[in-house]
Amino acid sequence: MWEYTDKVRDHFFNPRNVGEIEDADGVGEVGSLACGDALKLTFKLDKDGRIREAKFKTFGCASAIATSSVLTEMIKGMTLDEAAKVTNKDIADYLGGLPEQKMHCSVMGREALEAAIENYRGGGKKKRHLEGKVVCTCFGVTDKEIERVVRENNLTTVEQVTNYSKAGGGCGSCKGEIEKIIEKVQGEKIKEAPVPAPQRGGKLTNIQKIQLIQQTINEQIRPALRADGGNIELVDVEGNKVVVAFRGMCAQCKLADVTMRDVVEARLREFVSKDLYVEEVKDSTDRSQTPENTG
Amino acid sequence: MKTIYFDNNATTRVADEVFEEMKPYFCGLYGNPSSMHTFGGQIGRKIREARERVAGLLGCDPGEIIFTSCGTESDNAAIKGALAALPHKRKVITTRVEHPAVLSVCRDLQNQGYTVVELAVDKQGRLDPAELEERIDDDTAIVTIMYANNETGVIFPIEKIAKLVADRGAVFHTDAVQAVGKIPLNLSKSSIDLLSLSGHKLHGPKGVGVLYVRKGTRLSPFMLGGHQEAGRRAGTENVPGIIGLGKACELAAKHIDEESTKVKSLRDKLESAIMKSCPDCRINGDTKNRLPNTANISFEYIEGEAILLMLDKFGICASSGSACTSGSLEPSHVLRAMGVPFTAAHGSIRFSLSRYNTEDEVDYTIQKMPEIVNRLRELSPFVC
Repeated sequence: MWEYTDKVRDHFFNPRNVGEIEDADGVGEVGSLACGDALKLTFKLDKDGRIREAKFKTFGCASAIATSSVLTEMIKGMTLDEAAKVTNKDIADYLGGLPEQKMHCSVMGREALEAAIENYRGGGKKKRHLEGKVVCTCFGVTDKEIERVVRENNLTTVEQVTNYSKAGGGCGSCKGEIEKIIEKVQGEKIKEAPVPAPQRGGKLTNIQKIQLIQQTINEQIRPALRADGGNIELVDVEGNKVVVAFRGMCAQCKLADVTMRDVVEARLREFVSKDLYVEEVKDSTDRSQTPENTG
Repeated sequence: MKTIYFDNNATTRVADEVFEEMKPYFCGLYGNPSSMHTFGGQIGRKIREARERVAGLLGCDPGEIIFTSCGTESDNAAIKGALAALPHKRKVITTRVEHPAVLSVCRDLQNQGYTVVELAVDKQGRLDPAELEERIDDDTAIVTIMYANNETGVIFPIEKIAKLVADRGAVFHTDAVQAVGKIPLNLSKSSIDLLSLSGHKLHGPKGVGVLYVRKGTRLSPFMLGGHQEAGRRAGTENVPGIIGLGKACELAAKHIDEESTKVKSLRDKLESAIMKSCPDCRINGDTKNRLPNTANISFEYIEGEAILLMLDKFGICASSGSACTSGSLEPSHVLRAMGVPFTAAHGSIRFSLSRYNTEDEVDYTIQKMPEIVNRLRELSPFVC
């Protein structure tokens, strides 16, 4: 059961400003039935260019509905410049907070508002153009969007990014890329933050290291790849170089070079040793007999 | 506000008779059945009685009953125990719509190098035994297929499947947590080797389950320690739990006809009234082979969690296969495996009844449901 604040419950059970303004100045539509939530926001300006009226229609859970309702209240009386500054955090704060896993609802509210403003300024252009390149193909989230939620909400983990933007919540194959974006945005901040110390005490012997690498692949990496129809095989370990081969879907994936290798490397560095780096063997059919589970 | 409980596939109320039966074994008769003194030793008799009552409901020998701590433990013990006893076989067959207590175990086995086959279901959630026949081979150690699905109530042709698996020399396990007490079973005439059940799904207490192990089935113990349960499941017995489960099974046997009469007619009334009063709905699952207590209905254009919260306001308890209720971002794996469109999966609601539900409760829900659906559809951008 979700812990919703009284304010969320109030706006869910008694939503304000439901509907659609017919001759709206701005219309913003985000989300879809397939994604599980969608919001259509319309607003009308007064003669001073302030938002006189705002209405919403939402398909989604209680927090999506409450977020939309509260957004229409917040922006009333604002100029478009003021409204453009509203962040998802402002919306969530106005509701007295949202459960962490529901933060993406507040992001959807902010996105709809932006889309509506863009629609007005673009002279009624319906289609909202996506900025940046799509990182999460399951939910259609771009790198720019991810950068923004990371910056505005000071996020430091992939899990948080999923909670706030849904990115990474489907097949999970974009998690490596999300991690990179977090690193890029947060930069030094993350490095300073105390690492949640998975560093194992003492130096590993070669056998321990190889066993730990195999174990990490078995337990931490393979399940994620399997979810996506792929697989991974540990081919060799030479010093700090870990040689792996991708199988199934992963092997054919054009992004394998960037994303797969990065995910694997990040996991191995987290669980085994900071100094490891990963190389991929492209054609290793002749090595398919390499025994698994050497550990 | 009165609670109307239509979430009996999640858990059930403990029957009054069950609670009465358990009470003396907390503060008064708290002895350990393994003890040598009479105070403890006498408890053994009550456990024996409970074992007989469970066996009575299942139509098996009391010696084939092992008490565990829950349905999940029974599933883990069955699958892992059977594999450990057959170390040379490396293949496991299951379905895509299993409960996580089975599915997660199988996926973990896959990571350990086992070959795991997940059988598909059709749009109505039905299995094709021909696919099993095709996939089962000499390397197959165990086939584990649920008796009835917890989300849709769809009943699989388990007897037929068990026979097929037995003919091919593999072990057959079924997670019957949702079936026991709702439909009659008779294991004496069945080829099922291993069967899991859970106390709290049939008006017994939480924290106790059963693994049925057919005589002659090789199984390595999952829990090691003392000699309890004839060495097949170590750990001091959950005495009140076991006694309660025994009583619950006795009551279930007594009331089993009510399930296919009273409970079924209440479910049918609820379901058909909702289908009539709310447009753009669909029933998920094979209505011809279904538990008598379960209705899984999808409401287009609206989202399940929002429906649940509205129901909750009227004291009505149900559950949903929507993404938002699970904390993940994707809807129920069962509905997805059935190819239910995402749009309908997000708006799915499960009502699961029990013999404690009344006609008044059903009527009240029938009255409230269109109100809730219309209200949320007024908010939805997909309804004009």
